[in-house]
Amino acid sequence: MTLTQQAEAPRTAAAVEGRRRAPVRLGTTGIIYLALVAILVIGTVLVAADGDNLLAERNIVDMLTRSSVLGFIAIGQTLVILCRSLDLSVGYVAALSSLVGATTMDGDPARVPLGIAAALGVAAAVGLVNGLVITKLKVNAFIATLGVALIIRGYLDTEYKGPAGSVPDSFQNFGYTRIGVVPLSTAVMLAVAVAGIVLLRRTRTGYRMFAVGGNDEVARLSGLRTDRTVIVAHVLCSMTAGAAGLLLASRFSTGVAAQIYSAGYDLDSIAAVVLGGTLLMGGRGGIAGTIAGVLILAVLDTVFRLLQIDPFFRDVLRGAIIIVAVALYARRQIDRHAVRARFGKHGRAAGGQDAPRPVIPEARA
Amino acid sequence: MSHPATSPARTNRSAAVGRSALDLFAGGSGTVFALLIVVLVAITFLNPSFAEPPSLMAFLRNAAPLIVLAIGQYFVIVSGEFDLSVGSLVGAQVVIAAKLIDGEESRTWGVIALMLVFGLLVGLVNGLVTTLLRVPSFITTLGMLLILAGAVRLWTGGAPTGALSDSFRQWGRTGIDMPVVRQLPYALLIAIALGVAAVLLMRAPYGRTLLATGDNPTAAAFAGVRVWRVRTLAFVLSSLMATLAAILIGGFAGVSAQVGQGLEFTAITAVVLGGVVLGGGRGWVVAAMAGALTYQALERLFTQLDMPTTARPALQGVIIIAAVAYAARSRGHRPPPPAPAETANDPVPERVG
Repeated sequence: MTLTQQAEAPRTAAAVEGRRRAPVRLGTTGIIYLALVAILVIGTVLVAADGDNLLAERNIVDMLTRSSVLGFIAIGQTLVILCRSLDLSVGYVAALSSLVGATTMDGDPARVPLGIAAALGVAAAVGLVNGLVITKLKVNAFIATLGVALIIRGYLDTEYKGPAGSVPDSFQNFGYTRIGVVPLSTAVMLAVAVAGIVLLRRTRTGYRMFAVGGNDEVARLSGLRTDRTVIVAHVLCSMTAGAAGLLLASRFSTGVAAQIYSAGYDLDSIAAVVLGGTLLMGGRGGIAGTIAGVLILAVLDTVFRLLQIDPFFRDVLRGAIIIVAVALYARRQIDRHAVRARFGKHGRAAGGQDAPRPVIPEARA
Repeated sequence: MSHPATSPARTNRSAAVGRSALDLFAGGSGTVFALLIVVLVAITFLNPSFAEPPSLMAFLRNAAPLIVLAIGQYFVIVSGEFDLSVGSLVGAQVVIAAKLIDGEESRTWGVIALMLVFGLLVGLVNGLVTTLLRVPSFITTLGMLLILAGAVRLWTGGAPTGALSDSFRQWGRTGIDMPVVRQLPYALLIAIALGVAAVLLMRAPYGRTLLATGDNPTAAAFAGVRVWRVRTLAFVLSSLMATLAAILIGGFAGVSAQVGQGLEFTAITAVVLGGVVLGGGRGWVVAAMAGALTYQALERLFTQLDMPTTARPALQGVIIIAAVAYAARSRGHRPPPPAPAETANDPVPERVG
């Protein structure tokens, strides 16, 4: 990254701080984490002015707890969006797997592993259907996943009139245990995020996802089985949504449908992914950014709650913040659009989480 | 395909007409008309009184708002974008109308004018943020959805107040009394008028530019199209159509906090059912309107079949996926139509040879 490009970075307090801290280039992911820090600082000041402490233990726990469900879903959504696809069925998959998990467990601690397996298996099957409809029947992802969502909704509304099944106490711990200030569910979510980052940066499947999202036709002509890559992404996405469903089941201590699928996880997860710097058109981005996006949304929610802002006004602010944030990234992407090398010196994919790695400056120097 | 812009050779039109009969069941834009006919026949078979003019008119009146919304969404989708804000815009407009009119007849026209201005502004913001600030339209309009929904509930405190005047409600409710059909709904007339206007617009330079932009914005920009202006206008048209749909829906269904919820997905589904390709550049506005009509007809068919309300979404999902998959399959097998027409009409080689 050259000095002139650094000078073009937005002249906010966060960017100034970033310039001092980072002698190497500051990637999109770095910017997002700086934005997260900036929002935390602003939030702390605002909350302090209101006579409360945002960084008190219970508030941090609140923020992390809020982020875990959306975090799971957004991790999967990132993989799908990287492949230039989209999944609008995640909320319904979460509802379905919460019910499948809770009814399979049926209050029996011995059946917990079976319940988890059943829920994730059903979720994976839905993901497989999504992927097959998109790749083999060539239905646009928007319509395909919307259609599958409607199908699941019809099934749920017909089969389950209310909460069903019950979760044994041992599994409820998943929703409520904490390690220090970090809830167990958040820790698991972060572990899944790390696994996802490794998948994207260190495995062939991950590289293929970037390739397919970057240019499907070129990837196909290069000999990649593009269909298979998209299907894998959809299966993984549904499985993380299934994990979110299990977490919700453990919090509700039973399986529920309408409460989960009407919570807007589908659009929220897409917003978090895009807020995290992943291009909606695919091929660029990563899970580290997505986690920052999820945390930003969680911090905002907590700040709004502490400031006792009208819940309806929260929606307005949320909408405005999402648009403004994405507009700011878009400016950066215009500044330095196509010249970025997608692959580093050693043939490694560098289009992903590019912030912490010094490979790119070497490659460009 | 029977679309005007995809068959530039006017001499080939007769051949195109001959082919269009086959097109009906061959996928693309044609699929939706075939599906519509099948569904309508099925409803009539189950309930012969459906085909009587009065009940047909009632059905069309119910379908009119979605048709209007589909026209608006068509402009945005064919330009390569999305508009997720129409549902909450409809809700906002209905609530605004009720609150400002508050039952006073004299305020009706003033408030309708104000609603149109508000719709114009929303569309302008959607369009400018998407084009000039380069925010993906999915995010822009999603943000707009949150903002509008939140703002309206904030303004009304969660429960809409006020009332609509009769002269406001007549557009969605009543019609011109006539002998055969008993009543020709205004809503239907408005939908037809807007449909005709949309067809004319798509044949005008703007429409062709819009299609070119959706097909390949870079090429369109090199050809001298001001892409941002074309797309922004598409968003404005979509918001204006949503405003008109809100007038019809408000008149027909009345005021509640739930008005318009989920309509954005219904409108997009209707347009896609009409064979319009998400991503832009291909599709016919009349087919999009037929898609909306088909969607309503399907709902009616489910009612007729006494299907439990809870199971309906499932069947809807299956039909939508099947229809789009069918259209996609046929599109893949068709040879590119403009190529032979282009060479046959190209005057240069003939003069030289």
